Amino acid sequence: MFILLKRIILAGWLAFWRQGALTLATVFVLIMTLSLVTSLYTFNYLTQFIIKQVQNKVDISVYFKREAQEEDILEIKEEIAKIPQVKEVEYVSHQKGVADLLQRHPELEDSVEETKDILNLACLNIKAFQSFQYASISQFLEKEPFKNFIEKIDYLEKKPIIEKIFYLTSKIKQIGFVISAVLAIVAFLLTFNQIKIAIFNLKEEIAIQRLVGASNWFISGPFLVQGLISGILACLITIFIFSILFYFLSPKLIDILSGFDLFDFFKKNFYSIFLIQLVTGMTLAIFSSLVAIRKYLKI
Amino acid sequence: MIKFQNVTKIYPPNCITLDDISFEIEKTDFVSIVGKSGVGKTTLFKLLLAEEKPTKGRIFFEGQDVNKIKKSKLPYLRRKIGAVFQDYRLFPTKNVYENIAYVLQVIGASDKEIAHDVAEVLEIVGLSEKKDNFPYQLSGGECQRVAIARALVHRPDVILADEPTGNLDPYNTAEIIRLLLNINNLGTTIVLATHNKEIVNLLKKRVITLEDGKIVRDEEKGRFIL
Repeated sequence: MFILLKRIILAGWLAFWRQGALTLATVFVLIMTLSLVTSLYTFNYLTQFIIKQVQNKVDISVYFKREAQEEDILEIKEEIAKIPQVKEVEYVSHQKGVADLLQRHPELEDSVEETKDILNLACLNIKAFQSFQYASISQFLEKEPFKNFIEKIDYLEKKPIIEKIFYLTSKIKQIGFVISAVLAIVAFLLTFNQIKIAIFNLKEEIAIQRLVGASNWFISGPFLVQGLISGILACLITIFIFSILFYFLSPKLIDILSGFDLFDFFKKNFYSIFLIQLVTGMTLAIFSSLVAIRKYLKI
Repeated sequence: MIKFQNVTKIYPPNCITLDDISFEIEKTDFVSIVGKSGVGKTTLFKLLLAEEKPTKGRIFFEGQDVNKIKKSKLPYLRRKIGAVFQDYRLFPTKNVYENIAYVLQVIGASDKEIAHDVAEVLEIVGLSEKKDNFPYQLSGGECQRVAIARALVHRPDVILADEPTGNLDPYNTAEIIRLLLNINNLGTTIVLATHNKEIVNLLKKRVITLEDGKIVRDEEKGRFIL
């Protein structure tokens, strides 16, 4: 058994080494496939990152009546934080509210000075997990005892834009998934076809192996080993290409990608990316070899 | 040892290649099967190697019906038969040594046995110097000698030689036939398919003549008559 395994591995290695052009073509196609898989993985991460950033900017604000004291507002904040649909509640004090307003609109300084005793600019900014949850949060706050303190909830004003953002981000996710699935199928077919062509070129050799009495495993084993080596080599080359690419592209793309640091992402996810490439490369090569060779083992 | 019993082979739609053929070959025989191209000589070999199934009839090898052997057990039958073809059928990506050693690897011989037996058989076919060459670096005669060495190295019970001299010049033809005779003298059964008149007449061994898919002559010390 051991001697058979040793011979299969050695034959696979020799075939890998000697069938230069075919091996090169297979490794090249595998590199293309793995690059596509890595790009899809990165694209998926990037999309999630941007979607999260956009969704994080979505919130509703609750404004309070003049007579509402800070303690009342903080108490309400505590209550709101207990609602399961609420992801985050941020308290903005009257002073901070005034400062923020003046920072955005310095021309309003005189008006703010005149009305500072009758206006309460303290507010609570609430973020929900999903867009549809804002309506129920808003309804909850319109009931007793909160409504006695609350001047206004800007949910209705923001509703169309919130729904639009969530609709768009969910569409982007769906489209991303469909594109990924289609490209993954294309990548698989590319690899499968390349390996099929490589094995087709050796069908005469397989026929001779059958005629001299080689068992199915003795014939297909070296092809599997060859596929395995091609998969590993393609994985190593792809990971090297991507590390160089991300290292140099990252500083240039960081602004375009809303602060997404490609190289940092690559470093943090190195083992996952490496594993995905390795498993994809090896599985594709072995599976394609097995399926392609089956046809020629029927002699 | 080999028995064809009323064997008929029809290729679709209606091409009768072998028509009710029956003959037997004993151990250590040297049998030439002669006939025009396309008369069914290669088909006989394919049937014996269970590469193809007969339309009718039965084929026995060492008492076993080859068409009743399970697919998984076919390699064991083929290991008992050495085959030599007109187009050599060597492994193009293996060198001479590896081409011959492959058959021994298949049967699970040890590395030591392989080294010994391959060296010995290379000596017999006179190719010891070329053991590291690849098939594309050899002449036709040398390729055929490698093919014979490969067919011989695991000491099969029978060697099927299908037009082994078809691509060779007269000098190499004589060399190959001399080799086959030597192998036969050592006790291996040889079945030679050929349409080379000189060879058959020179051998003075048993000749089975095929014509239109039928055996028209089967003579102990036959001649090539068509």
